[in-house]
Amino acid sequence: MLYFIEQSLNGVQLGMLLFLLAAGLTLVFGIMDLVNLAHGSLYMLGAYFAATFAVLTGSFVAAVALALIGSLIVGMVLEVVAIRRLYERSHLDQVLGTFGLLLFFNEAVRLIWGPAGMTLALPAAMLTAVQIIPGVFYPVYRLVIILAALAVAALLYFVVMRTRLGMLIRAGASNREMVGALGINIKLLYTLVFGLGAALAGFAGVMQAPILTVQIGMGENILILAFVVIIIGGIGSIRGAFVAAVFVGLVETVGRAFLPDMLHRILSTNAAATLGPALSSMSIYMVMAAVLVFRPEGLFPAASR
Amino acid sequence: MSASLEQDTIGAGSDARWMASALVTIAVVAVLGLVPLYTTLTGNAFLLTLFTRVLILAIGAVSLNLIMGYGGMVSFGHAAYLGIGGYAVGILAKEGVGSGYIQWPVAVAASALYALVVGALSLRTRGVYFIMITLAFAQMIYYVAIGLDRYGGDDGLTIYQRSTFGGVVDLNNKTVFYYLCFAVLLAGIYLVSRIVNSRFGLVIQGARANERRMRAIGFPTFRYKLVCFVIAGALCGLAGALLANHTNFISPAMMHWTRSGDLIVMVVLGGLGTLFGPLIGALVFLLLEEGLSRLTEYPDLFLGPILLLVAIYAHGGIEGLLRGGRRG
Amino acid sequence: MAEPLLQVDGLTKRFGGVVPADAITLTIAPGEVHAVIGPNGAGKTTLIGLLSGEIPPHQGRIHFDGVDITQLPVYRRSRLGLARSFQITSLLTGFTALDNVALAVQAHRGHSFRFWRDARREQHLREPALAALDRVGLAERADVRVERLSHGEHRQLEIAMALAMEPRLLLLDEPMAGMGPDESAQMVRMLQKLKGNVTIMLVEHDMEAVFALADRLTVLVYGRIIASGDPAAVREDAAVRQAYLGEKDGGQGARHG
Repeated sequence: MLYFIEQSLNGVQLGMLLFLLAAGLTLVFGIMDLVNLAHGSLYMLGAYFAATFAVLTGSFVAAVALALIGSLIVGMVLEVVAIRRLYERSHLDQVLGTFGLLLFFNEAVRLIWGPAGMTLALPAAMLTAVQIIPGVFYPVYRLVIILAALAVAALLYFVVMRTRLGMLIRAGASNREMVGALGINIKLLYTLVFGLGAALAGFAGVMQAPILTVQIGMGENILILAFVVIIIGGIGSIRGAFVAAVFVGLVETVGRAFLPDMLHRILSTNAAATLGPALSSMSIYMVMAAVLVFRPEGLFPAASR
Repeated sequence: MSASLEQDTIGAGSDARWMASALVTIAVVAVLGLVPLYTTLTGNAFLLTLFTRVLILAIGAVSLNLIMGYGGMVSFGHAAYLGIGGYAVGILAKEGVGSGYIQWPVAVAASALYALVVGALSLRTRGVYFIMITLAFAQMIYYVAIGLDRYGGDDGLTIYQRSTFGGVVDLNNKTVFYYLCFAVLLAGIYLVSRIVNSRFGLVIQGARANERRMRAIGFPTFRYKLVCFVIAGALCGLAGALLANHTNFISPAMMHWTRSGDLIVMVVLGGLGTLFGPLIGALVFLLLEEGLSRLTEYPDLFLGPILLLVAIYAHGGIEGLLRGGRRG
Repeated sequence: MAEPLLQVDGLTKRFGGVVPADAITLTIAPGEVHAVIGPNGAGKTTLIGLLSGEIPPHQGRIHFDGVDITQLPVYRRSRLGLARSFQITSLLTGFTALDNVALAVQAHRGHSFRFWRDARREQHLREPALAALDRVGLAERADVRVERLSHGEHRQLEIAMALAMEPRLLLLDEPMAGMGPDESAQMVRMLQKLKGNVTIMLVEHDMEAVFALADRLTVLVYGRIIASGDPAAVREDAAVRQAYLGEKDGGQGARHG
């Protein structure tokens, strides 16, 4: 039971991370109608920035802040140089172009930081674990991740629902011509939105950097999980992304932790040993398939955004 | 041969352009046919290995082109079939079944079955959803392969014995294997050429052009697209069986989603919806990769921007450039 | 009166607060040309969508030749002989005019799970297609790709495709949309030739065309039928005059989302 609580918290933490990634993806897709395969690269860059700035400044907090700014700038520059030329293109062209960007970023990171990975040390205060309920200790830093992501989610909700920028974002999502006709600088708006998405991805990378090894290609597999989140949550819906991210995080983590054991009870030891890891890694995709059967547009289609 | 085969493709330019495209195609096929002769004379075994790989991945690209180029279904999970076909061969070999007469049909059938399930789920959606769903299911197969500890898990599995065909063909002979791949590729292209001009093929292309209209004139487009999806999966599964025999090795890496990206690149680079485009695309992509990695330590630093430029400027790929046709 | 070919009872569709089809009840007799008119936003295109099966209704029944088709998908209705044309030209780009029509023929001649034979050499698909093109006056443009045809030719091709399906009921969604006077007149002449051979439900804005063609007339306003019957009688109907025909400005003012 205690193990279950700990795994569930890990699931929530993964979910928060996925939310940060999926929110940026779904925002960019919902507003600019762009599929971005290089989104995982921005996550990777965020992690590299954080690790690098931590070495340069010696301060964890400064590293986080600088990495966020770095991701935002990279995102905006990327939008101006390349991404904006892909908006009017077919999804296939977007896939091809952003796939090229992914290859480029992986190689650029190898050129700049070298093929070996990096690590980011946490400040001592975050290395401890706290007792959250009697008998359950949980690392402080993972709690910080959960809280920080929740804060970002709340901020994002506020920005999209309550501010002028958010109003433009929502208007742009539903009617590109109208926003243009109102005389709003739609190019700038798109640059800002893409930068925001990049910063969210970068933030996810920053938060994850102290837990994982910072390495080339680290954004590739998690990007697909973020896609699963969007498929389940519904494209273009921030709310859907949040609910689905937590759900996917839980299923993925808890499934991997407990499914092999459950299989052991049902199947022979030998079969369970062979199939257990394979089947448990399928669980989240099975959930996705089930959602597709009953709700092909996802749980929260964009209309209810 | 291409004169009658390419009559229906979209974006044909003037006759001169068309001639240029046909000449390039004939030249490429002729050169590929002569590769083993050259490598035997010069003893350059590496070149034969490289070109065998080109042929095998070209088969995968041809199958992807059937659904993506002609059918408009942008599947981002095509490497899964390479993996399923390859693992069918590898797992059977490890379990003591060495006969290609069993291995290869199993590879094709398993791929077709997977395509049937994924297609039935993903073809209910369209656009970006379809791209992401095919991507996600392929990732699932990737993780399943990692979980198969008995078959090497993350590290992969060495195949000690290539598929046997009762003495009819000896796959251990590299030249024989090369020509087998070449024959499968040409047969695959011929198959696609028949399909796209058949009743079935016209329905598929009609659904790409305007699916709503196709339903209004009385076609249940879903089932036609699904069958097309399964045919493409089966053909790519065969390519996977060839790939496992070529490398004598299978691993999850062969179906990482970026490999699916490579196949998409080949198809687009060569020219969507053209018969020989995928072959030319595979050839150019793999030679480019090979050439760049000889010139520089950081090949993708150049390859990436090239792909971006192709996406932005070179509509219609190499075939399109040759023909002067543009398409959206 | 003969058994109706199409019988619609209480058909209702809501989109949020808008009700583009509000308990629509109407019949179409075999052989007649039945025009549906109404101001913009009256729900005419929604009605076509409901009848062709693209839009599922909230309430009501549709019977086609005695068969309840309310739940049937688009392609099944098409196979029963319900053909439609599109208001905004909806053709198969990349194909020639003849290919477009031949596909419409193909859809109604057995299944298309045939993978080997060249479909463009199947005379029993090409000949009826060419005949349909000839009926709309496009035979000479048979081998021209859709993108290179003019707007008027697109409209003609729409009709040819619908005809090639050998329909028992043709749903024409504003066939004169975007046409100049000459093209419109030509289209009217063509439809007059069809009259009697095919049952037609015609949704149209062009009043001249409607009165030249229609046997019966239904007026739709805000998703409701306000008048239905003989064209001359409908023209005199006070409600219609007020809502639509009499004051053109009033008609334009009735536009809504």
